[in-house]
Amino acid sequence: MGEVAHLINGLRKHDPRAIGRAISIVEDSGESAEILLSSLDESLIEQTLVLGITGPPGAGKSTLTSRIISHLRKQGIRLGVIAIDPSSPISGGAILGDRIRMMRHALDQDVVVRSMAARGRLGGLCSAAGGVVRVMANGGCSTIIIETVGVGQSEMDIVRLADITAMVLAPGLGDDIQAMKAGLLEVADLLVVNKADRPGAEMLAMDMEAMIRNRKSSHETPVCRTVATEGTGVSDLVAAIGSIDQQHRASGEHQYRRKKSFQLEVIDRALEIIRPELFSTLKNLDGKHELDPGRTARRLVKMLLLK
Amino acid sequence: MTEKSSKRYRVLVGKPGLDGHDRGAKFIARALRDDGFEVVYTGIRRTPEEIAAAAVQEDVSAIGLSSLSGGHVRLFPAVVEALKKFHAEDIPVIGGGVIPDEDVVALKKAGIIEIFRPGTPLKKILAAFHQACESYHHKAFR
Ligand code: B12
Ligand SMILES: Nc1nc2c(ncn2[C@@H]2O[C@H](COP(=O)(O)OP(=O)(O)OP(=O)(O)O)[C@@H](O)[C@H]2O)c(=O)[nH]1
Ligand SMILES: [Mg+2]
Repeated sequence: MGEVAHLINGLRKHDPRAIGRAISIVEDSGESAEILLSSLDESLIEQTLVLGITGPPGAGKSTLTSRIISHLRKQGIRLGVIAIDPSSPISGGAILGDRIRMMRHALDQDVVVRSMAARGRLGGLCSAAGGVVRVMANGGCSTIIIETVGVGQSEMDIVRLADITAMVLAPGLGDDIQAMKAGLLEVADLLVVNKADRPGAEMLAMDMEAMIRNRKSSHETPVCRTVATEGTGVSDLVAAIGSIDQQHRASGEHQYRRKKSFQLEVIDRALEIIRPELFSTLKNLDGKHELDPGRTARRLVKMLLLK
Repeated sequence: MTEKSSKRYRVLVGKPGLDGHDRGAKFIARALRDDGFEVVYTGIRRTPEEIAAAAVQEDVSAIGLSSLSGGHVRLFPAVVEALKKFHAEDIPVIGGGVIPDEDVVALKKAGIIEIFRPGTPLKKILAAFHQACESYHHKAFR
Protein backbone atom coordinates (compact mmCIF):
# COMPACT_ATOMS: atom_id res chain seq x y z
CA MET A 1 0.00 0.00 0.00
CA GLY A 2 2.71 2.42 1.01
CA GLU A 3 4.64 1.73 -2.14
CA VAL A 4 1.66 2.37 -4.41
CA ALA A 5 0.93 5.72 -2.77
CA HIS A 6 4.57 6.63 -3.23
CA LEU A 7 4.43 5.68 -6.91
CA ILE A 8 1.23 7.61 -7.56
CA ASN A 9 2.88 10.66 -6.08
CA GLY A 10 5.90 10.04 -8.32
CA LEU A 11 3.71 9.76 -11.41
CA ARG A 12 2.19 13.12 -10.62
CA LYS A 13 5.69 14.62 -10.46
CA HIS A 14 6.67 12.91 -13.74
CA ASP A 15 9.47 11.11 -11.87
CA PRO A 16 11.05 8.73 -14.45
CA ARG A 17 11.86 6.07 -11.88
CA ALA A 18 8.36 6.01 -10.46
CA ILE A 19 6.89 5.76 -13.96
CA GLY A 20 9.24 2.89 -14.86
CA ARG A 21 8.50 1.04 -11.64
CA ALA A 22 4.74 1.55 -11.92
CA ILE A 23 4.77 0.18 -15.46
CA SER A 24 6.62 -2.95 -14.29
CA ILE A 25 4.05 -3.54 -11.59
CA VAL A 26 1.23 -3.24 -14.09
CA GLU A 27 3.06 -5.44 -16.57
CA ASP A 28 3.50 -8.21 -14.03
CA SER A 29 -0.20 -7.86 -13.13
CA GLY A 30 -0.47 -8.87 -9.51
CA GLU A 31 -2.32 -7.59 -6.51
CA SER A 32 -0.39 -4.31 -6.40
CA ALA A 33 -1.20 -3.79 -10.06
CA GLU A 34 -4.87 -3.75 -9.22
CA ILE A 35 -4.41 -1.33 -6.34
CA LEU A 36 -2.25 0.90 -8.50
CA LEU A 37 -4.59 0.94 -11.49
CA SER A 38 -7.64 1.67 -9.37
CA SER A 39 -5.88 4.66 -7.79
CA LEU A 40 -5.25 6.39 -11.12
CA ASP A 41 -6.95 9.55 -12.31
CA GLU A 42 -9.43 8.59 -15.04
CA SER A 43 -9.79 12.11 -16.43
CA LEU A 44 -6.15 12.10 -17.50
CA ILE A 45 -6.75 8.89 -19.42
CA GLU A 46 -9.73 10.35 -21.22
CA GLN A 47 -7.71 13.29 -22.49
CA THR A 48 -4.94 11.29 -24.15
CA LEU A 49 -4.63 10.35 -27.79
CA VAL A 50 -3.58 6.73 -28.24
CA LEU A 51 -2.00 6.14 -31.62
CA GLY A 52 -1.33 2.62 -32.92
CA ILE A 53 1.53 2.08 -35.35
CA THR A 54 1.49 -1.37 -36.88
CA GLY A 55 2.73 -3.17 -39.97
CA PRO A 56 5.05 -5.94 -41.12
CA PRO A 57 8.53 -6.43 -39.62
CA GLY A 58 11.11 -4.02 -40.95
CA ALA A 59 8.63 -1.61 -42.56
CA GLY A 60 10.15 1.25 -40.60
CA LYS A 61 7.67 1.55 -37.70
CA SER A 62 10.26 2.49 -35.08
CA THR A 63 12.10 4.93 -37.32
CA LEU A 64 8.81 6.57 -38.21
CA THR A 65 7.72 6.65 -34.58
CA SER A 66 10.93 8.47 -33.72
CA ARG A 67 10.13 11.08 -36.40
CA ILE A 68 6.58 11.50 -35.16
CA ILE A 69 7.99 12.01 -31.66
CA SER A 70 10.31 14.79 -32.92
CA HIS A 71 7.36 16.45 -34.60
CA LEU A 72 5.10 16.33 -31.56
CA ARG A 73 7.89 17.45 -29.24
CA LYS A 74 8.18 20.66 -31.25
CA GLN A 75 4.57 21.31 -30.30
CA GLY A 76 5.51 20.82 -26.66
CA ILE A 77 3.62 17.56 -26.28
CA ARG A 78 4.85 15.15 -23.62
CA LEU A 79 4.46 11.63 -24.91
CA GLY A 80 4.79 7.94 -24.21
CA VAL A 81 5.78 5.09 -26.48
CA ILE A 82 5.00 1.42 -25.89
CA ALA A 83 7.11 -0.69 -28.24
CA ILE A 84 6.04 -4.32 -28.28
CA ASP A 85 8.23 -7.13 -29.61
CA PRO A 86 7.50 -10.86 -29.71
CA SER A 87 8.81 -13.22 -27.03
CA SER A 88 10.76 -16.32 -27.94
CA PRO A 89 8.33 -19.23 -27.82
CA ILE A 90 11.15 -21.51 -26.66
CA SER A 91 12.81 -19.62 -23.79
CA GLY A 92 10.14 -17.01 -23.09
CA GLY A 93 12.85 -14.37 -23.29
CA ALA A 94 12.98 -11.54 -25.80
CA ILE A 95 15.27 -9.03 -27.44
CA LEU A 96 13.62 -5.64 -27.42
CA GLY A 97 15.29 -3.56 -30.10
CA ASP A 98 12.81 -0.89 -31.15
CA ARG A 99 14.42 1.62 -28.83
CA ILE A 100 17.61 1.68 -30.93
CA ARG A 101 15.78 3.77 -33.53
CA MET A 102 14.47 6.17 -30.93
CA MET A 103 17.68 6.83 -29.00
CA ARG A 104 17.85 10.41 -30.20
CA HIS A 105 15.14 11.08 -27.62
CA ALA A 106 16.91 9.17 -24.84
CA LEU A 107 17.75 12.28 -22.83
CA ASP A 108 14.42 14.00 -23.39
CA GLN A 109 12.55 13.57 -20.11
CA ASP A 110 9.28 14.25 -21.90
CA VAL A 111 9.55 11.16 -24.07
CA VAL A 112 8.75 8.07 -22.02
CA VAL A 113 9.72 4.96 -23.97
CA ARG A 114 8.90 1.52 -22.72
CA SER A 115 9.78 -1.74 -24.50
CA MET A 116 7.47 -4.63 -23.83
CA ALA A 117 7.65 -8.31 -24.68
CA ALA A 118 4.45 -9.95 -25.85
CA ARG A 119 5.16 -12.80 -23.38
CA GLY A 120 3.04 -15.18 -25.44
CA ARG A 121 0.06 -14.34 -23.33
CA LEU A 122 -3.17 -15.95 -24.41
CA GLY A 123 -4.94 -12.67 -24.72
CA GLY A 124 -3.72 -10.75 -21.72
CA LEU A 125 -1.46 -8.57 -23.77
CA CYS A 126 -4.30 -6.14 -24.24
CA SER A 127 -4.89 -5.76 -20.55
CA ALA A 128 -1.19 -5.35 -19.80
CA ALA A 129 -0.68 -2.74 -22.53
CA GLY A 130 -3.92 -1.04 -21.54
CA GLY A 131 -2.56 -0.73 -18.03
CA VAL A 132 0.68 0.78 -19.31
CA VAL A 133 -1.32 3.35 -21.29
CA ARG A 134 -3.12 4.35 -18.08
CA VAL A 135 0.11 4.68 -16.13
CA MET A 136 1.72 6.79 -18.86
CA ALA A 137 -1.34 9.02 -19.03
CA ASN A 138 -1.04 9.57 -15.29
CA GLY A 139 2.64 10.27 -15.78
CA GLY A 140 1.65 13.27 -17.86
CA CYS A 141 1.83 11.81 -21.39
CA SER A 142 -0.91 13.33 -23.52
CA THR A 143 -0.11 11.30 -26.62
CA ILE A 144 0.77 7.62 -26.39
CA ILE A 145 2.09 5.64 -29.34
CA ILE A 146 1.85 1.85 -29.38
CA GLU A 147 4.19 0.15 -31.86
CA THR A 148 3.49 -3.47 -32.64
CA VAL A 149 4.18 -5.88 -35.48
CA GLY A 150 0.90 -6.38 -37.29
CA VAL A 151 0.81 -10.02 -38.15
CA GLY A 152 -0.75 -12.23 -35.49
CA GLN A 153 -4.18 -11.97 -33.93
CA SER A 154 -2.99 -10.76 -30.54
CA GLU A 155 -1.13 -7.90 -32.19
CA MET A 156 -4.26 -6.95 -34.06
CA ASP A 157 -6.15 -6.96 -30.77
CA ILE A 158 -3.71 -4.47 -29.34
CA VAL A 159 -4.52 -2.15 -32.14
CA ARG A 160 -8.04 -1.97 -30.78
CA LEU A 161 -6.62 -0.18 -27.77
CA ALA A 162 -5.72 2.71 -30.04
CA ASP A 163 -7.94 5.66 -30.91
CA ILE A 164 -6.32 5.83 -34.33
CA THR A 165 -4.26 3.19 -36.10
CA ALA A 166 -1.72 3.76 -38.84
CA MET A 167 -0.63 0.76 -40.89
CA VAL A 168 2.94 1.14 -42.12
CA LEU A 169 3.89 -0.64 -45.34
CA ALA A 170 7.04 -0.57 -47.42
CA PRO A 171 8.07 -1.79 -50.85
CA GLY A 172 10.09 -4.96 -51.06
CA LEU A 173 8.30 -6.79 -48.27
CA GLY A 174 6.24 -8.53 -50.98
CA ASP A 175 4.40 -11.57 -49.75
CA ASP A 176 3.86 -10.25 -46.27
CA ILE A 177 1.81 -7.38 -47.59
CA GLN A 178 -0.12 -9.52 -50.05
CA ALA A 179 -1.19 -11.77 -47.22
CA MET A 180 -2.17 -8.84 -45.03
CA LYS A 181 -4.16 -6.94 -47.62
CA ALA A 182 -7.46 -8.57 -46.78
CA GLY A 183 -7.53 -7.49 -43.16
CA LEU A 184 -5.59 -4.31 -43.75
CA LEU A 185 -8.36 -1.84 -44.18
CA GLU A 186 -10.41 -3.26 -41.34
CA VAL A 187 -7.92 -2.08 -38.75
CA ALA A 188 -6.22 0.91 -40.37
CA ASP A 189 -7.47 4.49 -40.23
CA LEU A 190 -4.66 5.49 -42.48
CA LEU A 191 -2.04 3.75 -44.55
CA VAL A 192 1.58 4.83 -44.65
CA VAL A 193 3.81 3.79 -47.52
CA ASN A 194 7.22 4.22 -45.95
CA LYS A 195 10.58 3.94 -47.71
CA ALA A 196 9.18 6.15 -50.46
CA ASP A 197 12.80 6.57 -51.57
CA ARG A 198 12.89 2.94 -52.63
CA PRO A 199 11.85 1.53 -56.00
CA GLY A 200 8.33 0.14 -55.98
CA ALA A 201 7.02 2.55 -53.37
CA GLU A 202 4.86 4.60 -55.73
CA MET A 203 3.44 1.40 -57.24
CA LEU A 204 2.54 0.16 -53.78
CA ALA A 205 0.91 3.46 -52.86
CA MET A 206 -1.15 3.55 -56.05
CA ASP A 207 -2.11 -0.06 -55.52
CA MET A 208 -3.41 0.81 -52.07
CA GLU A 209 -5.28 3.85 -53.34
CA ALA A 210 -6.96 1.74 -56.01
CA MET A 211 -7.97 -0.79 -53.40
CA ILE A 212 -9.50 1.94 -51.24
CA ARG A 213 -11.45 3.36 -54.18
CA ASN A 214 -12.85 -0.07 -55.03
CA ARG A 215 -14.10 -0.55 -51.53
CA LYS A 216 -16.96 1.92 -52.02
CA SER A 217 -17.01 2.97 -48.39
CA SER A 218 -18.35 6.29 -47.19
CA HIS A 219 -15.12 7.34 -45.48
CA GLU A 220 -11.85 7.28 -47.32
CA THR A 221 -8.62 5.98 -45.88
CA PRO A 222 -5.75 8.37 -46.59
CA VAL A 223 -2.49 7.02 -47.98
CA CYS A 224 0.62 8.91 -46.81
CA ARG A 225 4.07 8.56 -48.33
CA THR A 226 7.07 8.89 -46.02
CA VAL A 227 10.83 8.47 -45.90
CA ALA A 228 11.24 7.87 -42.19
CA THR A 229 15.04 7.90 -42.33
CA GLU A 230 14.94 11.47 -43.62
CA GLY A 231 11.71 12.72 -42.10
CA THR A 232 10.05 13.36 -45.45
CA GLY A 233 6.26 13.35 -45.36
CA VAL A 234 6.06 13.16 -41.58
CA SER A 235 4.40 16.55 -41.10
CA ASP A 236 1.68 15.57 -43.61
CA LEU A 237 1.23 12.31 -41.73
CA VAL A 238 0.90 14.07 -38.39
CA ALA A 239 -1.60 16.50 -39.93
CA ALA A 240 -3.64 13.60 -41.35
CA ILE A 241 -3.70 11.95 -37.93
CA GLY A 242 -4.84 15.21 -36.34
CA SER A 243 -7.67 15.65 -38.79
CA ILE A 244 -8.91 12.07 -38.33
CA ASP A 245 -8.81 12.61 -34.58
CA GLN A 246 -10.92 15.75 -34.91
CA GLN A 247 -13.46 13.99 -37.15
CA HIS A 248 -13.67 11.05 -34.75
CA ARG A 249 -14.23 13.26 -31.74
CA ALA A 250 -16.91 15.27 -33.54
CA SER A 251 -18.76 12.23 -34.88
CA GLY A 252 -18.67 10.24 -31.67
CA GLU A 253 -16.45 7.56 -33.21
CA HIS A 254 -13.74 8.36 -30.67
CA GLN A 255 -16.07 7.82 -27.74
CA TYR A 256 -17.46 4.67 -29.35
CA ARG A 257 -13.99 3.16 -29.76
CA ARG A 258 -13.00 3.99 -26.22
CA LYS A 259 -16.08 2.17 -25.00
CA LYS A 260 -15.30 -0.82 -27.22
CA SER A 261 -11.71 -0.98 -26.07
CA PHE A 262 -12.80 -0.71 -22.46
CA GLN A 263 -15.13 -3.67 -22.97
CA LEU A 264 -12.38 -5.61 -24.68
CA GLU A 265 -10.03 -5.01 -21.79
CA VAL A 266 -12.66 -6.05 -19.27
CA ILE A 267 -13.32 -9.30 -21.16
CA ASP A 268 -9.60 -9.88 -21.44
CA ARG A 269 -9.15 -9.44 -17.71
CA ALA A 270 -12.22 -11.54 -16.92
CA LEU A 271 -10.82 -14.40 -18.99
CA GLU A 272 -7.54 -14.13 -17.10
CA ILE A 273 -9.46 -14.49 -13.85
CA ILE A 274 -11.59 -17.39 -15.06
CA ARG A 275 -8.83 -19.38 -16.77
CA PRO A 276 -7.44 -21.02 -13.61
CA GLU A 277 -11.00 -21.70 -12.38
CA LEU A 278 -11.75 -23.46 -15.64
CA PHE A 279 -8.73 -25.69 -15.23
CA SER A 280 -9.57 -26.68 -11.68
CA THR A 281 -13.24 -27.30 -12.49
CA LEU A 282 -12.22 -29.39 -15.46
CA LYS A 283 -10.13 -31.53 -13.13
CA ASN A 284 -13.22 -32.20 -11.02
CA LEU A 285 -15.04 -33.22 -14.16
CA ASP A 286 -12.45 -35.94 -14.70
CA GLY A 287 -13.79 -39.43 -15.20
CA LYS A 288 -17.04 -38.09 -16.52
CA HIS A 289 -15.34 -37.06 -19.74
CA GLU A 290 -17.30 -36.89 -22.90
CA LEU A 291 -15.65 -37.33 -26.24
CA ASP A 292 -17.03 -34.13 -27.63
CA PRO A 293 -14.89 -31.19 -26.42
CA GLY A 294 -17.57 -28.70 -27.39
CA ARG A 295 -20.16 -30.35 -25.19
CA THR A 296 -17.65 -30.73 -22.36
CA ALA A 297 -16.86 -27.02 -22.64
CA ARG A 298 -20.52 -26.07 -22.30
CA ARG A 299 -20.90 -28.33 -19.28
CA LEU A 300 -17.79 -26.83 -17.77
CA VAL A 301 -19.09 -23.30 -18.16
CA LYS A 302 -22.46 -24.30 -16.73
CA MET A 303 -20.77 -25.82 -13.68
CA LEU A 304 -18.70 -22.73 -13.17
CA LEU A 305 -21.73 -20.46 -13.37
CA LEU A 306 -23.61 -22.56 -10.79
CA LYS A 307 -20.75 -22.33 -8.28
CA MET B 1 20.49 -23.44 -19.24
CA THR B 2 20.33 -22.23 -15.69
CA GLU B 3 17.45 -22.72 -13.29
CA LYS B 4 14.52 -20.47 -14.07
CA SER B 5 12.54 -18.57 -11.49
CA SER B 6 8.96 -17.53 -12.16
CA LYS B 7 9.87 -13.86 -12.36
CA ARG B 8 10.78 -12.63 -15.83
CA TYR B 9 13.78 -10.36 -15.49
CA ARG B 10 14.33 -7.34 -17.70
CA VAL B 11 17.93 -6.32 -18.39
CA LEU B 12 19.64 -3.81 -20.67
CA VAL B 13 22.66 -4.49 -22.88
CA GLY B 14 24.48 -1.44 -24.17
CA LYS B 15 27.68 -0.18 -25.69
CA PRO B 16 28.90 3.18 -24.43
CA GLY B 17 31.29 5.28 -26.53
CA LEU B 18 32.41 5.10 -30.13
CA ASP B 19 33.46 1.44 -30.15
CA GLY B 20 31.69 -0.31 -33.04
CA HIS B 21 32.48 -3.93 -32.11
CA ASP B 22 28.99 -5.20 -31.49
CA ARG B 23 29.33 -8.95 -31.98
CA GLY B 24 30.01 -9.64 -28.34
CA ALA B 25 27.13 -7.45 -27.13
CA LYS B 26 24.70 -9.11 -29.54
CA PHE B 27 26.01 -12.52 -28.57
CA ILE B 28 25.38 -11.78 -24.90
CA ALA B 29 21.93 -10.30 -25.65
CA ARG B 30 20.89 -13.43 -27.52
CA ALA B 31 22.32 -15.71 -24.83
CA LEU B 32 20.31 -13.84 -22.21
CA ARG B 33 17.16 -14.05 -24.31
CA ASP B 34 17.68 -17.79 -24.77
CA ASP B 35 17.96 -18.09 -21.02
CA GLY B 36 14.58 -16.37 -20.54
CA PHE B 37 15.59 -12.75 -19.97
CA GLU B 38 13.85 -9.83 -21.62
CA VAL B 39 16.73 -7.84 -23.05
CA VAL B 40 16.50 -4.19 -24.04
CA TYR B 41 19.30 -3.69 -26.55
CA THR B 42 20.25 -0.07 -27.13
CA GLY B 43 22.77 -0.51 -29.97
CA ILE B 44 26.22 0.97 -30.51
CA ARG B 45 27.56 4.50 -29.89
CA ARG B 46 25.55 5.60 -26.90
CA THR B 47 26.62 8.02 -24.23
CA PRO B 48 26.70 6.81 -20.60
CA GLU B 49 23.82 9.21 -19.84
CA GLU B 50 21.67 7.77 -22.64
CA ILE B 51 22.23 4.25 -21.37
CA ALA B 52 21.41 5.22 -17.78
CA ALA B 53 18.26 7.12 -18.80
CA ALA B 54 17.06 4.17 -20.87
CA ALA B 55 17.73 1.78 -17.97
CA VAL B 56 15.57 3.93 -15.68
CA GLN B 57 12.65 4.18 -18.13
CA GLU B 58 12.79 0.48 -18.85
CA ASP B 59 13.07 -0.32 -15.15
CA VAL B 60 15.67 -3.03 -15.79
CA SER B 61 17.09 -5.15 -12.98
CA ALA B 62 20.64 -5.15 -14.36
CA ILE B 63 22.78 -3.48 -17.02
CA GLY B 64 25.40 -5.22 -19.18
CA LEU B 65 28.06 -3.05 -20.84
CA SER B 66 30.36 -4.18 -23.63
CA SER B 67 33.64 -2.58 -24.72
CA LEU B 68 36.43 -3.83 -26.97
CA SER B 69 38.32 -0.70 -27.90
CA GLY B 70 39.78 0.34 -24.57
CA GLY B 71 37.14 2.90 -23.64
CA HIS B 72 35.96 0.92 -20.62
CA VAL B 73 38.30 2.66 -18.16
CA ARG B 74 36.40 5.91 -18.52
CA LEU B 75 33.04 4.78 -19.89
CA PHE B 76 31.97 2.02 -17.51
CA PRO B 77 32.40 4.21 -14.40
CA ALA B 78 30.67 7.03 -16.29
CA VAL B 79 27.56 4.86 -16.61
CA VAL B 80 27.61 4.26 -12.85
CA GLU B 81 27.95 8.02 -12.31
CA ALA B 82 25.05 8.72 -14.69
CA LEU B 83 22.90 6.23 -12.78
CA LYS B 84 23.65 8.16 -9.59
CA LYS B 85 22.48 11.32 -11.29
CA PHE B 86 19.15 9.60 -12.00
CA HIS B 87 18.97 8.20 -8.43
CA ALA B 88 19.30 4.70 -9.85
CA GLU B 89 22.70 3.60 -8.56
CA ASP B 90 21.05 0.53 -7.10
CA ILE B 91 20.76 -1.01 -10.58
CA PRO B 92 23.72 -3.44 -10.82
CA VAL B 93 26.18 -3.00 -13.71
CA ILE B 94 28.12 -5.90 -15.28
CA GLY B 95 30.87 -5.35 -17.84
CA GLY B 96 32.52 -7.40 -20.55
CA GLY B 97 34.83 -7.31 -23.56
CA VAL B 98 38.54 -6.97 -24.24
CA ILE B 99 39.68 -5.66 -20.86
CA PRO B 100 43.20 -6.07 -19.49
CA ASP B 101 43.83 -7.63 -16.09
CA GLU B 102 45.08 -4.45 -14.50
CA ASP B 103 41.82 -2.59 -15.21
CA VAL B 104 39.54 -5.11 -13.56
CA VAL B 105 40.33 -4.02 -10.00
CA ALA B 106 39.80 -0.36 -10.79
CA LEU B 107 36.49 -1.05 -12.51
CA LYS B 108 35.22 -3.09 -9.60
CA LYS B 109 36.23 -0.31 -7.26
CA ALA B 110 34.20 2.07 -9.43
CA GLY B 111 31.09 -0.03 -8.86
CA ILE B 112 31.04 -2.52 -11.74
CA ILE B 113 30.13 -5.75 -9.99
CA GLU B 114 31.69 -8.22 -12.46
CA ILE B 115 33.88 -8.16 -15.57
CA PHE B 116 33.81 -10.96 -18.15
CA ARG B 117 36.45 -11.38 -20.81
CA PRO B 118 36.70 -13.53 -23.97
CA GLY B 119 36.67 -17.21 -23.17
CA THR B 120 34.46 -16.98 -20.05
CA PRO B 121 31.99 -19.89 -19.98
CA LEU B 122 28.54 -18.58 -20.81
CA LYS B 123 27.06 -20.36 -17.79
CA LYS B 124 29.10 -18.15 -15.52
CA ILE B 125 27.87 -14.99 -17.25
CA LEU B 126 24.22 -16.06 -17.11
CA ALA B 127 24.55 -16.97 -13.44
CA ALA B 128 25.97 -13.52 -12.71
CA PHE B 129 22.97 -11.85 -14.39
CA HIS B 130 20.54 -14.05 -12.47
CA GLN B 131 22.27 -13.25 -9.22
CA ALA B 132 22.40 -9.53 -9.94
CA CYS B 133 18.70 -9.43 -10.81
CA GLU B 134 17.72 -11.43 -7.76
CA SER B 135 19.69 -9.29 -5.34
CA TYR B 136 18.32 -6.12 -6.97
CA HIS B 137 14.77 -7.33 -6.48
CA HIS B 138 15.52 -8.42 -2.98
CA LYS B 139 16.64 -4.91 -2.14
CA ALA B 140 14.01 -3.06 -4.16
CA PHE B 141 10.99 -5.01 -2.94
CA ARG B 142 11.74 -5.78 0.71
C1 B12 C 1 35.87 -8.91 -35.25
C2 B12 C 1 36.75 -7.72 -34.89
C3 B12 C 1 36.50 -6.53 -35.56
C4 B12 C 1 35.36 -6.34 -36.52
C5 B12 C 1 34.10 -5.98 -35.69
C6 B12 C 1 32.80 -6.54 -36.24
C7 B12 C 1 31.66 -6.26 -35.31
N1 B12 C 1 30.57 -5.74 -35.84
O1 B12 C 1 31.71 -6.51 -34.12
C8 B12 C 1 35.88 -5.15 -37.38
C9 B12 C 1 36.67 -5.71 -38.54
C10 B12 C 1 34.80 -4.21 -37.91
C11 B12 C 1 36.83 -4.50 -36.41
C12 B12 C 1 37.24 -3.21 -36.50
C13 B12 C 1 38.17 -2.61 -35.67
N2 B12 C 1 38.90 -3.24 -34.71
CO1 B12 C 1 38.56 -5.02 -34.13
N3 B12 C 1 38.53 -6.81 -33.60
C14 B12 C 1 37.77 -7.82 -33.93
C15 B12 C 1 38.26 -9.09 -33.18
C16 B12 C 1 39.15 -9.86 -34.13
C17 B12 C 1 37.21 -10.02 -32.64
C18 B12 C 1 36.08 -9.37 -31.83
C19 B12 C 1 34.86 -10.25 -31.81
O2 B12 C 1 33.89 -10.00 -32.53
N4 B12 C 1 34.88 -11.33 -31.02
C20 B12 C 1 33.82 -12.26 -30.91
C21 B12 C 1 32.88 -11.80 -29.76
C22 B12 C 1 31.73 -12.78 -29.59
O3 B12 C 1 33.65 -11.79 -28.58
P1 B12 C 1 33.76 -10.54 -27.61
O4 B12 C 1 33.23 -9.33 -28.21
O5 B12 C 1 35.11 -10.51 -27.03
O6 B12 C 1 32.75 -10.95 -26.47
C23 B12 C 1 33.00 -11.98 -25.53
C24 B12 C 1 33.60 -11.47 -24.23
O7 B12 C 1 34.46 -10.39 -24.41
C25 B12 C 1 32.44 -11.17 -23.39
N5 B12 C 1 31.73 -9.90 -23.53
C26 B12 C 1 31.80 -8.95 -24.46
N6 B12 C 1 30.92 -7.97 -24.21
C27 B12 C 1 30.27 -8.28 -23.09
C28 B12 C 1 29.30 -7.62 -22.36
C29 B12 C 1 28.81 -8.19 -21.21
C30 B12 C 1 27.74 -7.50 -20.46
C31 B12 C 1 29.32 -9.43 -20.77
C32 B12 C 1 28.80 -10.04 -19.54
C33 B12 C 1 30.31 -10.08 -21.48
C34 B12 C 1 30.78 -9.51 -22.63
O8 B12 C 1 31.54 -12.19 -23.74
C35 B12 C 1 31.67 -12.52 -25.13
C36 B12 C 1 31.50 -13.99 -25.29
O9 B12 C 1 32.52 -14.66 -24.60
C37 B12 C 1 39.06 -8.45 -32.00
C38 B12 C 1 40.21 -9.27 -31.45
C39 B12 C 1 39.78 -10.19 -30.35
N7 B12 C 1 40.32 -11.36 -30.37
O10 B12 C 1 38.96 -9.84 -29.51
C40 B12 C 1 39.57 -7.14 -32.63
C41 B12 C 1 39.84 -5.95 -31.74
C42 B12 C 1 38.74 -5.81 -30.72
N8 B12 C 1 39.78 -4.84 -32.69
C43 B12 C 1 40.67 -3.91 -32.45
C44 B12 C 1 40.80 -2.72 -33.22
C45 B12 C 1 41.99 -1.83 -32.87
C46 B12 C 1 39.89 -2.42 -34.27
C47 B12 C 1 39.93 -1.16 -35.13
C48 B12 C 1 40.20 0.14 -34.41
C49 B12 C 1 40.95 -1.44 -36.22
C50 B12 C 1 41.25 -0.29 -37.13
N9 B12 C 1 42.41 0.28 -36.89
O11 B12 C 1 40.48 0.06 -37.98
C51 B12 C 1 38.53 -1.18 -35.78
C52 B12 C 1 37.57 -0.27 -34.96
C53 B12 C 1 36.11 -0.58 -35.22
C54 B12 C 1 35.17 0.34 -34.48
N10 B12 C 1 34.37 1.13 -35.17
O12 B12 C 1 35.16 0.40 -33.27
C55 B12 C 1 41.52 -4.21 -31.23
C56 B12 C 1 41.17 -3.37 -30.01
C57 B12 C 1 42.40 -3.00 -29.22
C58 B12 C 1 42.11 -2.33 -27.92
N11 B12 C 1 41.30 -2.91 -27.05
O13 B12 C 1 42.67 -1.31 -27.66
C59 B12 C 1 41.28 -5.78 -31.09
C60 B12 C 1 41.37 -6.27 -29.64
C61 B12 C 1 42.35 -6.48 -31.95
C62 B12 C 1 43.76 -6.26 -31.40
N12 B12 C 1 44.30 -7.23 -30.67
O14 B12 C 1 44.35 -5.26 -31.66
N13 B12 C 1 37.25 -5.39 -35.48
N1 LIG D 1 15.53 3.51 -47.36
C1 LIG D 1 14.78 3.62 -46.27
N2 LIG D 1 15.04 2.85 -45.19
C2 LIG D 1 14.27 2.98 -44.10
C3 LIG D 1 13.21 3.91 -44.03
N3 LIG D 1 12.62 3.81 -42.84
C4 LIG D 1 13.29 2.87 -42.17
N4 LIG D 1 14.28 2.36 -42.92
C5 LIG D 1 15.23 1.30 -42.52
O1 LIG D 1 14.53 0.08 -42.41
C6 LIG D 1 15.08 -0.72 -41.36
C7 LIG D 1 14.00 -1.13 -40.38
O2 LIG D 1 13.53 0.01 -39.71
P1 LIG D 1 12.76 -0.06 -38.32
O3 LIG D 1 12.31 1.30 -37.99
O4 LIG D 1 13.57 -0.79 -37.33
O5 LIG D 1 11.52 -0.97 -38.75
P2 LIG D 1 10.39 -1.63 -37.83
O6 LIG D 1 9.17 -1.73 -38.64
O7 LIG D 1 10.29 -0.90 -36.55
O8 LIG D 1 11.00 -3.07 -37.58
P3 LIG D 1 10.57 -4.16 -36.48
O9 LIG D 1 10.28 -3.44 -35.20
O10 LIG D 1 11.76 -5.06 -36.40
O11 LIG D 1 9.36 -4.83 -37.04
C8 LIG D 1 16.19 0.12 -40.73
O12 LIG D 1 17.40 -0.26 -41.28
C9 LIG D 1 15.83 1.54 -41.15
O13 LIG D 1 16.95 2.39 -41.22
C10 LIG D 1 12.96 4.73 -45.19
O14 LIG D 1 12.06 5.55 -45.25
N5 LIG D 1 13.79 4.53 -46.27
MG1 LIG E 1 10.46 -1.61 -34.58
